[in-house]
Amino acid sequence: MNNTNHGSITQKRRRPSEILLYGLIFLLAAFLAALVVFIIGYILAKGLPAISVQFLTTAENPIEETVGIFPSIVNTLYIVFFALIICVPLGVGGAIYLSEYAKNKKIVGAIQFASETLAGIPSILYGIFGFVFFCVLLNLHVSLLAGVLTLTIMVLPIMMRTTQEALRAVPKSYRDGALGLGATKWYLIRTILLPCSLKGILTGVILSVGRMVSESAALLLVAGGSAMYMPRGSVWEQLSHSGSTLSVELYRYAMSRGDNSTAFGIASVLIIIVALLNLLTRFVAWRLNKR
Amino acid sequence: MTNKTSILSGRRTKSLVERIMNIIFLVCGLASVVSVVFMTVYMVVSGGAIIAETGVFRFLLGHVWNPGGSEFGILPMILSSVLATLGAVLIALPVGVLIAVFLAKLSPGKLATAMRAFIDLLAGIPSVIYGLLGALLLVPAIFKLQAAAGLPNSGSLLAAIVILVIMILPTIISVSETAIRSVPKQYEEAALALGSTRLQAIFKVTVPAAKSGIVAGMVLGTGRAIGEAMAVMMVSGNAAIMPELLRPVRLLTAAIPIEWAYSSGLHRQALYGIGLVLFVFIMVINLLLRQVMKKGGAQDE
Amino acid sequence: MTPVKMHTRALNLFYGEVHALKGVDLDMPEQCVTALIGPSGCGKSTFLKTLNRMNDTIASVRISGEVVLDGEDIYAKNVDVTTLRKKAGMVFQSPNPFPMSIYDNIAYGPRIHGEKKRIVLDEIVEQSLRDAAIWDEVKDRLKKPALGLSGGQQQRLCIARSLATKPEVLLMDEPTSALDPISTSKIEELIDELKRDYSIVIVTHNMQQAARISDYTAFFLLGEVVEHNTTGDVFSNPKDRRTEDYITGRFG
Repeated sequence: MNNTNHGSITQKRRRPSEILLYGLIFLLAAFLAALVVFIIGYILAKGLPAISVQFLTTAENPIEETVGIFPSIVNTLYIVFFALIICVPLGVGGAIYLSEYAKNKKIVGAIQFASETLAGIPSILYGIFGFVFFCVLLNLHVSLLAGVLTLTIMVLPIMMRTTQEALRAVPKSYRDGALGLGATKWYLIRTILLPCSLKGILTGVILSVGRMVSESAALLLVAGGSAMYMPRGSVWEQLSHSGSTLSVELYRYAMSRGDNSTAFGIASVLIIIVALLNLLTRFVAWRLNKR
Repeated sequence: MTNKTSILSGRRTKSLVERIMNIIFLVCGLASVVSVVFMTVYMVVSGGAIIAETGVFRFLLGHVWNPGGSEFGILPMILSSVLATLGAVLIALPVGVLIAVFLAKLSPGKLATAMRAFIDLLAGIPSVIYGLLGALLLVPAIFKLQAAAGLPNSGSLLAAIVILVIMILPTIISVSETAIRSVPKQYEEAALALGSTRLQAIFKVTVPAAKSGIVAGMVLGTGRAIGEAMAVMMVSGNAAIMPELLRPVRLLTAAIPIEWAYSSGLHRQALYGIGLVLFVFIMVINLLLRQVMKKGGAQDE
Repeated sequence: MTPVKMHTRALNLFYGEVHALKGVDLDMPEQCVTALIGPSGCGKSTFLKTLNRMNDTIASVRISGEVVLDGEDIYAKNVDVTTLRKKAGMVFQSPNPFPMSIYDNIAYGPRIHGEKKRIVLDEIVEQSLRDAAIWDEVKDRLKKPALGLSGGQQQRLCIARSLATKPEVLLMDEPTSALDPISTSKIEELIDELKRDYSIVIVTHNMQQAARISDYTAFFLLGEVVEHNTTGDVFSNPKDRRTEDYITGRFG
């Protein structure tokens, strides 16, 4: 036997470097968890006291010295709503084109590349482009509408990607089955593919809403303005005026005006919205997995 | 006329609808391509003006940014952005990979699920909120270091780096975790059977096997860090001087919203120029990411 | 009779509520090949994995009884599992080389056990590859990825990788079931060579293989050892009716 040079298996080897590494990993994980708890706890502790019915339902009133964020809530809703109206059909349609219609590899490649590129462009550059293109060239001025159009492009890749993933998950046998019965492609899409990929589309919508609610840099440039007044006039009038969303308003309160208590109030509202959207994503995934 | 349906006539009406839908979907698909083309064109056109005016080298390599005196040198901002990004990625990468290992391999399933929800939340927090917290908590915490170094109290490169680390960690963690999870379990089994400890198996076999995914996460994080504007603007002090760790810096991204409101003419064009420089950075990072993903895909086959 | 390298006494194993091994007593003699045969799900692979504690990674597994290697109970509290696994190496059903170079695959074991010197590693790599009868096929491409080898070559590489940690026992879990006939016969020849230096325990589905390469055979059924004897006796003169039924192909 040339290989009996082992020690006994009952001699425990000490490995101080491993214990150190375990310690480091657990420490970092615990630190991260603590950081999240701290960030959210701190914001809510500082911000919840500022929130009241008046805070949520009125505009700022400099004479009475009351603060309210109702106008920026409305602006946020306008931007999110109208951007979704444009972006959902575009994104879903684009995804359907890629997975069901496109045969030309070059076109598929170009669309994929464009979608990935858009996903990587930072929002401040969307701001510059939106300003140069929508505000100046298309003469929309700094307005909610320019904000809507800019954010539409920004969240388009999110919609496309989630829908594509959902379409990819639809079994090929469903398609073959329907086409084998003589269904046209459009019929197949309407009756089978869209219902099956509803989960992906919903996830895309929620993620898009989250991104738009969080957005500040781009909107500061293209929709800018303040949210001093209560909304009035027709929808079209609203859209053609400038106005700040919650995130932009938070920035204005914190930086230009140094009003931290209002800033934290808005931050709390935003955190709650983000947390709800997160829960909603999980709920959608869970609910539709159950089926 | 008979009641029999002809397969010919039926097809024609169907194919008209089909053709229309095909075109509609094609248009939807092309929306992103058109957007990218327009963006590229307008970024280049609007940003090119200042470069044509001052010259590439004076713009990119100039040390002085003084819009009032029509001096537009952005070298300090480029260096600040590069250093902030580099610093953030260098810290966030090892931390992120270790936490990804924790989530994928070491933590009990329920704890990992809870932590993932936390990390998702971290990823969803608007950047202005990071900026707000950074300005109120992080920047004053650095005052002590600045005082010790004999420097005035202000926002700093260090604060920007710390904020960016927190902001890109979720990306790096989730991409790395996915990559680590997708490594076949047999590798780890084989390593254990050779007498590896659990950690040796993970760090010498599984993590190296997940390399391409981890690199992709790193590149993605780099893109996010270099593009972040609002949060870093609120903590970095915004002086357009050469970067030092404890002194105020102005990053490329931050310069745009800071000066936007009161800029016009050449000054505004200089901001567009900064946008173009950022755009080029991002495009390079995007291409890099594509290469990494392609290589990773080829390795898997 | 040759001295016993490993033995088990009253070994019971539970997966949660499932009683997968029932009071297994088995001796595995030194420098011999012991084959474990039996129908799918009979517990033979599970048994093999208890021999170097690869079941430890599964949370729901409970074990009672003893498994003894060179007079030491491997489930004793103070056992260092990594030393145990170094001493009792394992080769898996499907080849599982690491996604790194051939050289690094072989050097992996010695490196984690603390060998850093290049000259020593070079020597170990060459010797292990020679012992696994694959040196001539790979000596010019040691720096190439191991995943570029054929399935049969990969499996011999995995055997070489196990040899590199200088084990005393080799546990093989159906090592040829994913391979073509030519690769299989190469591995069988190799096992015949290796038993001069190592004690080998091999799980196999293939009864001809068990008959060809093993010295002792144990027949597992429903978590129990039905029959254990020299291979010649088990195949030519089975004592138990169930063994006879199995090896003559009447069930399984």
